[in-house]
Amino acid sequence: FTGEVRCEAPNNKLDKFTGTLTLRGEKYALDNEKMLLRGCTIRNTEWCFGLVIYAGPDTKLMQNSGKTTFKRTSIDRLMNVLVLVIFAFLALMCLILAIGNGIWEHEKGYYFQVYLPWAEGVNSASYSGFLMFWSYVIILNTVVPISLYVSVEIIRLGNSFYIDWDRKMYYPLNDTPAQARTTTLNEELGQIKYIFSDKTGTLTQNIMCFNKCSINGKSYGDVYDMSGQRIEINENTEKVDFSYNQLADPKFAFYDHSLVEAVKLSDVPTHRFFRLLSLCHTVMPEEKKEGNLVYQAQSPDEGALVTAARNFGFVFRARTPETITVVEMGETKIYKLLAILDFNNVRKRMSVIVRSPEGDLTLYCKGADTILYELLHSSCDSLKEETTEHLNEFAGEGLRTLVVAYKNLDEDYFQDWIRRHHEASTALEGREDKLSELYEEIEKDLMLLGATAIEDKLQDGVPQTIETLAKANIKIWVLTGDKQETAMNIGYSCNLLNDDMDDVFIIEGSTSDDVLNELRNARKKMKPDSFLDSDEINIQFGKSSKKPKILPDEQANGVYGLVITGHSLAYALEGNLELELVRTACMCKVVICCRVTPLQKAQVVELVKKYKKAVTLAIGDGANDVSMIKTAHIGVGISGQEGMQAVLSSDFSFAQFRYLQRLLLVHGRWSYIRMCKFLKYFFYKNFAFTLVHFWYGFFSGFSAQTVYDEWFITLYNLVYTSLPVLGMSLFDQDVGDCWSMLFPQLYVPGQQNLYFNKMVFVKCMLQGIYSSLILFFIPYGAMYNTMRSDGKAIADYQSFALMAQTCLLIVVSVQIGLDTSYWTVVNQFFIWGSLSVYFAITFTMYSDGMYMIFTASFPFVGTARNTLSQPNVWLAIFLSITLCVLPVVGFRFLKAQLKPTPSDKV
Amino acid sequence: ENKMSFLPQKEGQHPSRCPDNSAFKQQKLPAWKPQLTIATVLSTFFLTGAFCLSVGICLILSANRVREVQIDYSDKCSDCSKLRENSSNWNKECHCSVNFTLKEDILGDVFMYYGLQNFYQNHRRYVISRSDAQLLGRNVNIEKSYCAPFTTYQNGTPMAPCGAIANSMFNDTIDLFYNLKSSVIQVPLLKTGNSWWTDKNVKFHNPKAYNLSSAFAGTARPPYWWKPVYLLDEEDERNNGYLNDDFIIWMRVSAFATFRNLYRRVHRIRQFAAGLPAGNYTFHISYNFPVTKFKGRKHVILSTVVWCGGSNPFLGIAYVVSGAAATLTGFVITAIHLKLRKKKTYFQK
Repeated sequence: FTGEVRCEAPNNKLDKFTGTLTLRGEKYALDNEKMLLRGCTIRNTEWCFGLVIYAGPDTKLMQNSGKTTFKRTSIDRLMNVLVLVIFAFLALMCLILAIGNGIWEHEKGYYFQVYLPWAEGVNSASYSGFLMFWSYVIILNTVVPISLYVSVEIIRLGNSFYIDWDRKMYYPLNDTPAQARTTTLNEELGQIKYIFSDKTGTLTQNIMCFNKCSINGKSYGDVYDMSGQRIEINENTEKVDFSYNQLADPKFAFYDHSLVEAVKLSDVPTHRFFRLLSLCHTVMPEEKKEGNLVYQAQSPDEGALVTAARNFGFVFRARTPETITVVEMGETKIYKLLAILDFNNVRKRMSVIVRSPEGDLTLYCKGADTILYELLHSSCDSLKEETTEHLNEFAGEGLRTLVVAYKNLDEDYFQDWIRRHHEASTALEGREDKLSELYEEIEKDLMLLGATAIEDKLQDGVPQTIETLAKANIKIWVLTGDKQETAMNIGYSCNLLNDDMDDVFIIEGSTSDDVLNELRNARKKMKPDSFLDSDEINIQFGKSSKKPKILPDEQANGVYGLVITGHSLAYALEGNLELELVRTACMCKVVICCRVTPLQKAQVVELVKKYKKAVTLAIGDGANDVSMIKTAHIGVGISGQEGMQAVLSSDFSFAQFRYLQRLLLVHGRWSYIRMCKFLKYFFYKNFAFTLVHFWYGFFSGFSAQTVYDEWFITLYNLVYTSLPVLGMSLFDQDVGDCWSMLFPQLYVPGQQNLYFNKMVFVKCMLQGIYSSLILFFIPYGAMYNTMRSDGKAIADYQSFALMAQTCLLIVVSVQIGLDTSYWTVVNQFFIWGSLSVYFAITFTMYSDGMYMIFTASFPFVGTARNTLSQPNVWLAIFLSITLCVLPVVGFRFLKAQLKPTPSDKV
Repeated sequence: ENKMSFLPQKEGQHPSRCPDNSAFKQQKLPAWKPQLTIATVLSTFFLTGAFCLSVGICLILSANRVREVQIDYSDKCSDCSKLRENSSNWNKECHCSVNFTLKEDILGDVFMYYGLQNFYQNHRRYVISRSDAQLLGRNVNIEKSYCAPFTTYQNGTPMAPCGAIANSMFNDTIDLFYNLKSSVIQVPLLKTGNSWWTDKNVKFHNPKAYNLSSAFAGTARPPYWWKPVYLLDEEDERNNGYLNDDFIIWMRVSAFATFRNLYRRVHRIRQFAAGLPAGNYTFHISYNFPVTKFKGRKHVILSTVVWCGGSNPFLGIAYVVSGAAATLTGFVITAIHLKLRKKKTYFQK
């Protein structure tokens, strides 16, 4: 087996390949048909010969994998900024204390050397200050929340598990639970402002049913009662009986009996129509058991058509590269397959050329109406009109339509054509062009047969979901490859568009200027002010600057929808029109983009990400949605009919579109609120903890003396305060799940980033500073120049340390209690447990036995017993707690009264 | 048996991927959902306010019952202060007397404290400058402790006890005399029982030996000390060496630069059985501890105690202020609530 393959260099085009194989002097064409991509499976054959063309990183798959961007949430980015701010704050504190130390050593320490000589090597006050800067960096570093990142990840992981575990997002029909494939984006789910949705398979089920058809000017599919009134089809409507056909698919349902009658009467156009459907496709049959046919279709539309033909008595049974076996009304016929004129996005049609057992040579073609109508023979004009009427009717019902046509071929002409076809398909250069020229040549003067209408059913609960999401102030953009009418019809049927809207703008200009005008007119209608020179955005964007600018939200004077076609979108996405598109589209409540390519989907998402400070979510089910899913802040994959590509590149996946509302309004909202509460509390507790050292510096000669026992410092974040806050951020629910579904408005604060932002952080910091002041000065005042009730001194360092740390721990525990709005057993256990553990550990560490064994480690022996028995110590502790907590209670209550948040209202 | 019938079914078909219906996994754990209602908030404020006010008043009244005499003797003994400023006079004794008059009897237990001001016992290097193991009477290498530079003498003799705290021990002696008519009676003072039990019995031990001086053989007193550690109290074996109460109290470093340590208790016998009777008194002070160099001050304090400690009014005042503030806030909240009551603050469906 010696041969030579010449082919193109490795590239990332999945749908194209050009090459030739030279074997024993003969040239064979190698095109995409003959390629197997990495990861593909071959079916229906026992063996095959193969040749590896590209390997490793050269494979199309690897070339295509692109750079997967690392997704991070806005809170992550904010956190990084805040940590930098905290570092600066730390440096500032250390600087103040270092300067303080320099002054102190100069004013007091120098003279105090009688009792405390300067450390070795220190010979000036300023040098001591310099050293003290670093000592304080070590002491005060607890203000930088190192454990924050770990805890944040744990919380996100926990909240992701809740998504996996949610039975209300489990789809029993195909046994699919929801899945959080990324565990780092949860809280962003509570902040979504734009949803970009695919249509087919996402809003609809992508289960195609052959619903109606038009054959030779007669429309089939509707059911009429005796008086000729059309009746609604429901479960009780009598189905057509296909029992005359042994090979019929029992799942197929059709209600119009007149079509069966036509088939049984051997009506020629009807037979030809179904023969075409059974021949012109790329479906693979699988018949593991006699009579049990299963079709493997690349697109569900094709599957639906072939199944329809099967039930009406034209059973596609087997296929070889050269033949197609069809059982026509019980009679097995083998057609010779001479050529397949493939489908692609430009041609929007496919044809086959077959020779019947009788020897007739026929071309069968099916495709989009717009394309196919151009290719028809002039004799079909009247039929064309009737069919067009039917087509409009079908499209008006939201059905997907195809037109079918045929042509009998002349033997000589065909022989010539097939020779040229072979030449063209082995050409190395310009093969595509040559082939499509040949295809166009033969696909003309076609005879119209009729049209098919396939229903793509809406998924359950889609209109309600969309309504709820709209109430939550989420804008929904539908990006679909379907044509405008179908897209708009689906838009109406799922409540995206409705008659209450003030206007629905349709952008379908075919030049850049047209599109610009249409966009401007739309904006003029929605917000005439936005064209004034005084408009803020105009001023801001009038100035030239290289930094990408963020568009603020604009309010339109009504409810509007926007529909834009892929063609116009291509212009609108070009440089100067970009801004115009975003401004106009973002003012609309609903945007539908039809006829868009996968790349355009991603571009639209990118556009909104670029100009809007908003979190975007893309949801889709097919491979054509992958780029959009990857681009958006959050990608959601629907595990549906179209394979797993979308799910594999998504961050969250589930089986039905309607679960999206639960994902966002319940899980997203809770995750966001929990994360915000967690961050607020975490920053607060670290500030309150650390700043006490800062105040003590002023009283201890800025000597980097810590207030607390070093064991307390070690265990504070790790043991004493970690579990209660984790408990809160895993279990807290400010309002129950049904309430957040009932009142989608509750979602809005998340979009506006209200629960955690720089302002909130500053508030936490101020509260922390206030608490630390109380926690230092109350024990200080209570101990100053006084004694215990038995006359012994009280103001020793160890007693003070114990008192301050006990105050701190109780205060932060009460604070977490205040923050917790949903006290489960676990929360109770964590909070009370942490407090008891604190006292248990403290008494153990300060016990005689520990001191005898580890003398150097536990010098606080006896402090707990001697100090915590004093009434004034407890009075001071109680006062600190009251002063730290009571203002918070009052402030929160008044805030809820004066400026109630949505969740306060519920 | 139940299990048996369950198993084959599981083998036969794929186990369902349906999540468990547990309260935990479905986030339906039973929970208590406290709300900040007007009732809870107002009762919190008013109850806390009332509690704080009453505790505050109790504290102030109690603190007022405390009788306290405080005398700054670094001022009154200025001659001695000057003498001690020059360290070359370290071996010159200096005595000083301070008179004061009690107009009323001080009844009950009377405690005598020395107070130091501007003495940074809480400086980090000072706080760590000790060897706890050495004070436990263990034979340890104090070079490894943080005692430096008060660890060993140049000839290698270790200091016992080592460290800056021990070295700077307060070494004034203060005696109290009661001038009754023309006779002078020394007020009996107790020098033991002034430290924590845990310190005396757990934290401090003398090295084991048949007598104390041999226990400390091979060590030397800290440089500022006048006598070695085993001579701190020659009269009382249980108050000598590391177990000396004055020493133990000094070693419990203070949290702040101004502090007072318990020095003696008045022994309630004879004339002093009820406390200190009114009259003229004199402190006889042997002034050894220099403070003027670092602008420090020394006090001697006589005080009684109550259940909440000494005469410090801070807690009482703080409680009264907080209580008043809480009550006031309670009224403000009531006012705001009444004003807003008519406004609807609930969602309308």
